[in-house]
Amino acid sequence: MTMAVIEAEGLTRRLAGEVTVTLVEDATLAVHQGEFVAITGASGSGKSSLLYLLGLLDRPTSGRIWLRGDETSTLEEDTLAGLRLAEVGFVFQFHFLLPEFSAQENVMLPMQRLGRLQQSEIGARATELLDRLGLAGETGKLPRQLSGGQSQRVAIARALANDPMLILADEPTGNLDTVASANVQRILMDLARDYGRAVIVVTHDRDFAAAADRVIVMSDGKILSSA
Amino acid sequence: MIGLMPGIALKHLLARRRQSLVSLSGIVLGVAFFLAVSSLMQGSESDFIRRLVDNSPHITIQDEFRNPRLQPVEQLYPWGAIEIRRVKPLTETRGIRGYPQILEGLRTEPTLRASPVLAGQALVSFAGKDIAVSLNGMIPAEVNDVSTIQNYMIAGNVDALTVNPDGIILGDALARKLSLALGENVTVTAPTGEVHTFKILGIFHTGRADYDNTQTFADLKRVQALLKRLNRANTIIMKLDDPHRAHAVADGIEHRFGYKSVSWQEANEDLMSTLTTRNIIMYTVVSAVLIVAAFGIYNVISTVVLEKQRDIAILKSMGFRARDIRRIFLIQGLLLGFAGSALGLPFGAGLMLGLMQIRLKFPGSSDPVPLPMDWNWPQFAIAAAFAMGAALCAGLLPARKAAGVQPVDILRGAQ
Repeated sequence: MTMAVIEAEGLTRRLAGEVTVTLVEDATLAVHQGEFVAITGASGSGKSSLLYLLGLLDRPTSGRIWLRGDETSTLEEDTLAGLRLAEVGFVFQFHFLLPEFSAQENVMLPMQRLGRLQQSEIGARATELLDRLGLAGETGKLPRQLSGGQSQRVAIARALANDPMLILADEPTGNLDTVASANVQRILMDLARDYGRAVIVVTHDRDFAAAADRVIVMSDGKILSSA
Repeated sequence: MIGLMPGIALKHLLARRRQSLVSLSGIVLGVAFFLAVSSLMQGSESDFIRRLVDNSPHITIQDEFRNPRLQPVEQLYPWGAIEIRRVKPLTETRGIRGYPQILEGLRTEPTLRASPVLAGQALVSFAGKDIAVSLNGMIPAEVNDVSTIQNYMIAGNVDALTVNPDGIILGDALARKLSLALGENVTVTAPTGEVHTFKILGIFHTGRADYDNTQTFADLKRVQALLKRLNRANTIIMKLDDPHRAHAVADGIEHRFGYKSVSWQEANEDLMSTLTTRNIIMYTVVSAVLIVAAFGIYNVISTVVLEKQRDIAILKSMGFRARDIRRIFLIQGLLLGFAGSALGLPFGAGLMLGLMQIRLKFPGSSDPVPLPMDWNWPQFAIAAAFAMGAALCAGLLPARKAAGVQPVDILRGAQ
């Protein structure tokens, strides 16, 4: 068995208020290198909330998370931000590209923030990633000049910029047509199978979920099944 | 190549060109006005002090005492409980006693030049006209050491008094009133009834109407005789190499000789405090312009923060730290402040050049004079620093707000 890239034990996330809302309750799971996992469930079942917890964007009310074997629940915000930068890549339903930056500049941002590469290397890697995702001619275009599918592929390129081990995608095909959706689906699956990344995708798409190595079904914040 | 955070900040500002331009204009105008007004304020203050220092004695020893003289019994028992009633000082001729000895004592100090003056009222008469003047008896050879009157001579010169002790120097306004010219004789009558005829050896024009109308200069001995105050001087005027030491030197002189010694700072204390009050008011008003401009910056950055909530959430999800986000928005403030300063400083310099072309005739002055402007690098630095500071403060609050954005809240809402 390969190493668990992300592991969670007894994850619970509650929102305090007049009425306490439980978003995720007692979720335990592990996703390994090269594994492609789909999380499905009805709207409001806690899929996205679980994804944000696994991506260290949100802190659990209780429970623990290990990223590549390191416990994260006691880490400070800045350290978590550093881990997100180097180890996690997010793809959202809407591409969420920064509108003032070109496709290439959007992909360059995480690399520039990490600062591991020289500026020329960053530019070259961004071009290479976009090229790999079939966007060779679109590098200089602004997000508003790209189609939905192209924008989502730029967002995937941005998520891959720092070569993270964990890719989290929140309904990445939810806003795309069938052709673009199939394209994005293939790219994400390739990332797990060909590049050994741990990929977790929240999706409503049954076909997409069926293609996954494992499907986690959620309801009312709880994991109902994982198979 | 600009850095990552400045790059993002710049893109944000360029995305809202019109708003950024409006708030930039505020800073540009603020810096320019700050510069122009402060240089005008500083210029007028320096000009005023320069005139004060140049045209008046740095220290004047007067023929009076600051405090009543101690009675012998008080000197004998300085800590005694003594009360002396109905003390009446001796009647004596006004003037500084033993002024030649005092002068001798003063002249041992090489950084100081001193000369005695006997000033009194007199009546200048010519062709049936009588005009009251202030007659200043001076030692002609020393006049140039303690007075700048020679710089204002438009006819004749002060040195002529050395050759002809029966000469007089008067202002052009007075000469015009009496239709007098250089070389003509004029009759001077003292309050004692003494009359003397003086030859006009010099005419000066200082530009201060009151001075040019009322001040006259003659040989000390002649004035002493005219005022019947032989061997007396009622003031000793001094110039120092460093006028700013006047206060301390005057204290020392008063302590040494007893006579009231007044420095130019003390003589003009009320004017100096008025200048300070004027500066405070003007700088407050000018700073207000920059503060209003800072509100413009606050408005722009706040709007950007509000509009960019989703982008901030994305940047944070990518791994940008809260302080990176704060820095992006602070840099926006700084960029506006920097650009505002960069454009405002030359604009302000232009404004100053324009103001320098204006010539005004001030009350009490007979000639139109250019507006006094003082240019120096610290002014430019202060204006730029104030603009940068105001811009930074304006960016502070929105930047904090941006740094506090919780990405999950925004992403959940956006989905």
